[in-house]
Amino acid sequence: MIYREAGDFKTSYQSDAQTFPIKLDRIGYFITLFVAVLVVPFVINDYMANAILMPFLIYAIAALGLNILTGYCGQVSLGTGGFMAVGAFACYKLMTAFPDVSILIHVLLSGVVTAIVGVLFGLPSLRIKGFYLAVATLAAQFFLVWLFNKVPWFYNNSASGMINAPERTVFGFAVTGPGASAAAQYLICLAFVIVLALIARNLTRGAFGRRWMAIRDMDIAAEIIGVNPLKAKLTAFAVSSFYIGIAGALFFAVYLGAAEAGDAFGITKSFLVLFMVIIGGLGSIFGSFAGAAFLVVLPVVLKVVGADWMGWPDDLVAHLQLIIVGALIMAFLILEPHGLAQLWRVTKEKLRLWPFPH
Amino acid sequence: MPEQLLFAAEVTLNGLMAGVLYALVALGFVLIYKASGIFNYAQGVMALFAALTLVGIMEGQVPFAHLINVIFGTEIHHFGWEVPALLAIFLTVIVMIIFAWLVNHFVMRHLINQEPIILFMATIGLAYFLEGVGDLMWGSDIKRLEVGLPQGINEFIDEKTFEALGYGFFIDNLDIVATIIAVILVAGLVIFSQYTTQGRALRAVADDHQAALSVGISLNFIWVLVWSIAGFVALVAGMMWGAKSGVQFSLSLIALKALPVLLIGGFTSIPGAIIGGLIIGVGEKLFEFSIGPLIGGATENWFAYVLALVFLCIRPQGLFGDKIIERV
Repeated sequence: MIYREAGDFKTSYQSDAQTFPIKLDRIGYFITLFVAVLVVPFVINDYMANAILMPFLIYAIAALGLNILTGYCGQVSLGTGGFMAVGAFACYKLMTAFPDVSILIHVLLSGVVTAIVGVLFGLPSLRIKGFYLAVATLAAQFFLVWLFNKVPWFYNNSASGMINAPERTVFGFAVTGPGASAAAQYLICLAFVIVLALIARNLTRGAFGRRWMAIRDMDIAAEIIGVNPLKAKLTAFAVSSFYIGIAGALFFAVYLGAAEAGDAFGITKSFLVLFMVIIGGLGSIFGSFAGAAFLVVLPVVLKVVGADWMGWPDDLVAHLQLIIVGALIMAFLILEPHGLAQLWRVTKEKLRLWPFPH
Repeated sequence: MPEQLLFAAEVTLNGLMAGVLYALVALGFVLIYKASGIFNYAQGVMALFAALTLVGIMEGQVPFAHLINVIFGTEIHHFGWEVPALLAIFLTVIVMIIFAWLVNHFVMRHLINQEPIILFMATIGLAYFLEGVGDLMWGSDIKRLEVGLPQGINEFIDEKTFEALGYGFFIDNLDIVATIIAVILVAGLVIFSQYTTQGRALRAVADDHQAALSVGISLNFIWVLVWSIAGFVALVAGMMWGAKSGVQFSLSLIALKALPVLLIGGFTSIPGAIIGGLIIGVGEKLFEFSIGPLIGGATENWFAYVLALVFLCIRPQGLFGDKIIERV
């Protein structure tokens, strides 16, 4: 009854084109931001941060990146894990080579490095598409992980082949390394998420996004109306890899603290992020968040319900989790190919008319 | 002949044998792809599931024992009987047919007319689901599969080559058996698809769904049939790999190895799957043998993909594939 645009008059082009045209949405958005920035850091504890909040934020960035490539530009990638590894190792090399430079710059630079690598592996997309391309990105996945395992330069010749994040500070607060507090780590991830989501939202509804979507919907038609497929595809690969690289850098430096290429960035990670995008909704910014939240929270819920309440052994719960995730993927593809984001859209449409749907 | 060259020849031969196993998995992919245009990522997990089921039936394991024990507090593990290998294989085939029907009835039927990439992602979901079910049914520990296949070095070839060349070739008996079985399987499939009514119907569906439907071929039946055959091929592949390296999770990863095989051989060609498998098998063994030591080894993980990438750029439809791939 209160969720509607009636009475919310737009008097300028700017207000007409805003991201949230309905007042209640805007209020909801600002309340979420307020809670995330000013309330959560004071009530956060280590378990909350490590089990839910930080993976959610970091995967949300990765899902945003993959959604730009797969959801908006229509190029399926199975190399997300490999690109995250590029971000992580670039961040590690930068952190150890230039200890005095701020970690924020390192993370951004790792994104840039990943973008370059992404464009390189995106080159085959100019000639092939569909799952032929998916296999090409799979090559990237395996090759990159192998590279980071085999070339000692990448992990500074450490005996275990692991990379460890040294302690770095932002405004005097440690955000990486063992001394970092949960709140500081959470805030640094949140800052990246907010900025990157804003950029993604505006990129996708601007000229770039329209080009990507044109290529996704029909590449030949897009070419005829003057979209350059080379530029459109490679920019999609670049932006997507930039996001995924940042996600990888944060995943390693802030969340894990120590990582090994094969374990942390294997093929399962690629699939996980792809599932997030599918379940959340292809071609939706909100969907990236919804999918990431869903797949981060689901195992935690299953563990709490299965292992803690019912007292089932861990391996049984892990098997059930596989079954449930697999079934959900199939169910979503059959029932709602546009994912949680579409469900949310439908709900909003219904809400607008409620309680008089005619 | 110099020692090095003989060694290379031995590596090539072993590569050929490994390639046969890749080809076996790739075959399952090609069958489903030809008949329904679905790229079945779950093929590898189907091989794992079939092998797990076979071992479970042979040892008389109680399915879902773990789950039942946890819920009802019982302590059951085995029925206490052992099923002979042949009967167990027969029962496993029945399980795979039931599985094929379930997949078609609950998943694929509802996804008709979707884009290929959506279908592909659905089979990724299926792969996860099936992996979970397999683990839940039979437990996730590594199992030994002993269906009476010969194993170990083939003494005869070793002796003969030693007499002739002064260097004994090491060739595993299992690989020889696998090769023979693969040849029989392919011959059987070719005969089936060329000379039987169902085989002809299957090819008709592969050519054109709607035309096949209009002359009275039941799509549902054909798809169940195709998935059953793919399940059977998965069982054979699972038995071979399982006998070689134990029945365990890594078995499902051979699906990923089959992808480059298909890219090289072409998605729609049965001979292509076999030749592609051989090329990958020999190529990765020779590459590891000649260049591997120079760049740190373990190149087998990615060589196949990079080779496939190169192929994609030169000949996107693969060696024997149909020339329908859309260029951008």
